[in-house]
Formats: sequence, structure tokens, C-alpha cells
Amino acid sequence: MQHSTTYIVGFSLVVCVVCALFVASAEVSLRPLKERNILMDRQKNILAVAGLMTMGEKLSAEEVGNRFEQSIRPRVIDLATGEGNTTLDPNTFDQRSAARDPASSKPAPANPSKVLRVPNQALIYEVMDQGKLSSIIIPIQGYGLWSVLYGYLALSPDTRTILGITYYDQKETAGLGGEVDNPNWKAKWVGRKAFDERGRVKITVRKGPAGPPDQDPYQVDGLAGATITSRGVTNMLHFWLGQEGFGPYLARLRGAAGA
Amino acid sequence: MASSNREILLDPLINNNPIALQVLGLCSALAVTTKMSTAFVMSVAVIAVTALSNTAISLIRNLVPPSIRIIVQLTIIASLVIITDQVLQAFVFDISKQLTVFVGLIITNCIIMGRAEAFAMQNPPGPSFIDGVGNGLGYGLVLMAVAFIRELFGSGKVFGLTVLPLVTEGGWYQPNGLMLLAPAAFFLIGCFIWAVRSWKPEQVEEDFHVGALLEPGHEGSLR
Repeated sequence: MQHSTTYIVGFSLVVCVVCALFVASAEVSLRPLKERNILMDRQKNILAVAGLMTMGEKLSAEEVGNRFEQSIRPRVIDLATGEGNTTLDPNTFDQRSAARDPASSKPAPANPSKVLRVPNQALIYEVMDQGKLSSIIIPIQGYGLWSVLYGYLALSPDTRTILGITYYDQKETAGLGGEVDNPNWKAKWVGRKAFDERGRVKITVRKGPAGPPDQDPYQVDGLAGATITSRGVTNMLHFWLGQEGFGPYLARLRGAAGA
Repeated sequence: MASSNREILLDPLINNNPIALQVLGLCSALAVTTKMSTAFVMSVAVIAVTALSNTAISLIRNLVPPSIRIIVQLTIIASLVIITDQVLQAFVFDISKQLTVFVGLIITNCIIMGRAEAFAMQNPPGPSFIDGVGNGLGYGLVLMAVAFIRELFGSGKVFGLTVLPLVTEGGWYQPNGLMLLAPAAFFLIGCFIWAVRSWKPEQVEEDFHVGALLEPGHEGSLR
């Protein structure tokens, strides 16, 4: 059967329009569900790093929301000065898009984490326990082997002790670098020191096993078979805890705690 | 060609398995089989896409101009894959996070285009749907078998439940790390093909060169 050119063009147009309609309606009708999932996954990670839930724990969306509202206070801070920012609403502030927008970010100096732009403002979370600050959670990101890893680090109010670490978005090799998600490995971070007495960033992921936190406070076990991901974790902590990242904010907190 | 619907459905499971006999769709079979839960969701996704794409393509098979049929098939398959990905993100977010890019890569899975071209273009929608389900099942069967072995020996679990307690968690089982790497799936699929072909020696190919497939009388071997 021979078809005219008009028929062929018309036919492909119809196929495209029909397919586009299906794809668009799936995307639009499922968007609220997807956004809720992403938000909940983020909140679960924050709760887990704050030690307010265990990662295997099954919680309904409501419970996650409740626990989050109850004890976690999001705040926007100015990275350069470390002061709180009152003009931006922490509930709508999106740090990732702020980092992409030239108006609200600046290029980062060359760094091994391959962070290209640093936002002027950052979104942090303060964990409150009976009206007192019990920990602070800062976002971290940096390059591993295949992908940028996005996660959170929880520090004690004096900023020295690590209370938890988690990654909510990463595409490292499952079973090797992907083990940054392993609860056993994450548990090894708790109680280590991020800074030494003089306020220098000291924490590193070493190759091979490290001792218990009281003997080996600045080192964490490396991930077997994932040297480059492990190094990526060290690099991103040094970047975000340093002057380009949350250094000024953490210094202020230390000052407040010491005063 | 299989005559009854039952044959159309069951033939691709062992006799004409897309992975074991036709050696198609290996990329995703290597990538998503470290855990049974991800392999299961991937299998369901592939079954849905092959079944629906076969049905849709079969419905318009008499209208498609032959000169653009491949691109039309691809458009339909790609749309279905995007929709499947959206559905997974909406309803099983955690698993869709683990499947990452491999859902999107269903588009390039040769099983789906292969069935569209070899079956749906010549058959009515009913049998095409069944053929899609059957081939998806044949793919899923191998995936689940490979994932079972990899998860059991690689992390001591079946569907995420601990069967062999690991040394690192206070048990006795020292996991085989190789099982978690892509080559393990190669070895297992190789063994699977070997087993099936020892059982059914008629599946063993004659020595052949690619050109032979194009000669008259051999079209069937392209399937």
C-alpha cells in the first residue's frame, strides 16, 4: 500500500498529539502525589539525621509531618555572615534553585567536591527539644564517583560533635558507593568530632576501619570498594564546614555557645 | 507461529524466552537485579509497557505508513515508558528512587521494539496484548531468578527479609560481594542460558553469520 506524503505527515502529527496528550495528562494528574513524595522523603531524611526516627521505621505521611512540625524549625541564613535572614520565607525557599540563579549565588572557588556555585542564602534546620536547641542540620552536597550526592549533616549546638549524616539523593554504584545509604555505616558517624579544638575541619573518611569515636574522633570507616565516593564525602564535608560554606554561621554559633 | 492464546502467553517463558533464547534486554537485567524488590517492580513495569505498546501498535497496524513505522512504534513506546515512570514515582517512590535511570531505559529495551515489529504489526490487538504480557513475563522470570540468587548470596536477604544473618550484623554469613556487582548477573544469566539449552537442545543455534538472518527462509530466527 502506497501512502501520500500528506497522509504520512498527517499520521505522524496525530500520533504525536495523542501521545503528548497522554504524557501530559499523566504528568499533570500525578504531580501533587510526586511532590508530596519528594517532600516526605526529604523530611524523613531530616528526621532520621536528627535521630527522631530510625530509617527502617514505617511512618504514615501524617506522622512524618507531625514530628517534623513539632521539633524542627527551618531557617534561612546568609552564608557569608552566618546571620539569620528574615526576608526569605524558609517554607518556600529552595536552596537548589537559589544556587542556580546568578542573582542569588556566586561562583565557588575550584574545589574537589566540584561545587560550582554557592548560594548566598542556605536553608538549615534547627532541632528543638523542649524549647532548647538540641542540634542543627546543614545541607551538604558534592561529587562522588558518578553523581552529585545530596545529604544532610547534623551537628551538636557547640558545632563540634557530629550527631548524624544522611544522603537522600545519589546515584553511586549500588552496593559500593551506594552504601552511603547503609544505616550501619551512617551509625558510625555519631559521636565523631567535625572540628578540632582550634576550630579547624578535621573529620575524614579513611581507608579501612577506624576505631571507636572516643579513640579515633576524627576518622570514619571508608566504604569498601568505594574509595572515590568515600573521598567525595570527606571533600564535601571540608567544603561545607569551611569558610565558603557554613563556616561563618558555625563560628557564630560557637561564639554564642561560649559566651 | 503460536496458534492459541495459551501458547502465545506461555511460549516466551521458556521455549522462546526473550533473555535466554533471544539474548535481548540484558542491560537492565544486569542493573536492577541486586534486590528482588527492584527486580519485581522493573518486571511489572516492563510487562505493562510491552503489553500496552503491543496493543496500541496492533490497533493502528493497518494505518501506519510502512516508511515511518519504526519511529511511530518508538513514539508510542517512549510515551508509555514516561507514563510508567510517572506512575512509579507517584506510588512507589522509594523503589523508583532505586531504579533510577533504568525505568527510562525501558525505551531502549529491544524486547519491546522486537515484539512490536515481529508480532503486533501482523496480529490483532487481543493476541498482541497476550504476546506482550507473555514476553514481559519471560523477562520477569529471568530477572526474578537472577535477583533471588544475587540478593540471597550478596546480602543474605530475600525480598529485604534476612535469611542468612550477615557477619557485619552479628550473624555467621560472610556475603559474596561479587554478587552485588554487574558481572555476577552476566555469569548467572550465562548459566541460566546454559541450563535451558541443555534441557532443550533445539535452542542451540547453528554456527551462523549475521548475513544468514537476512536470507530467505531464515526470517524466523530474527524473532
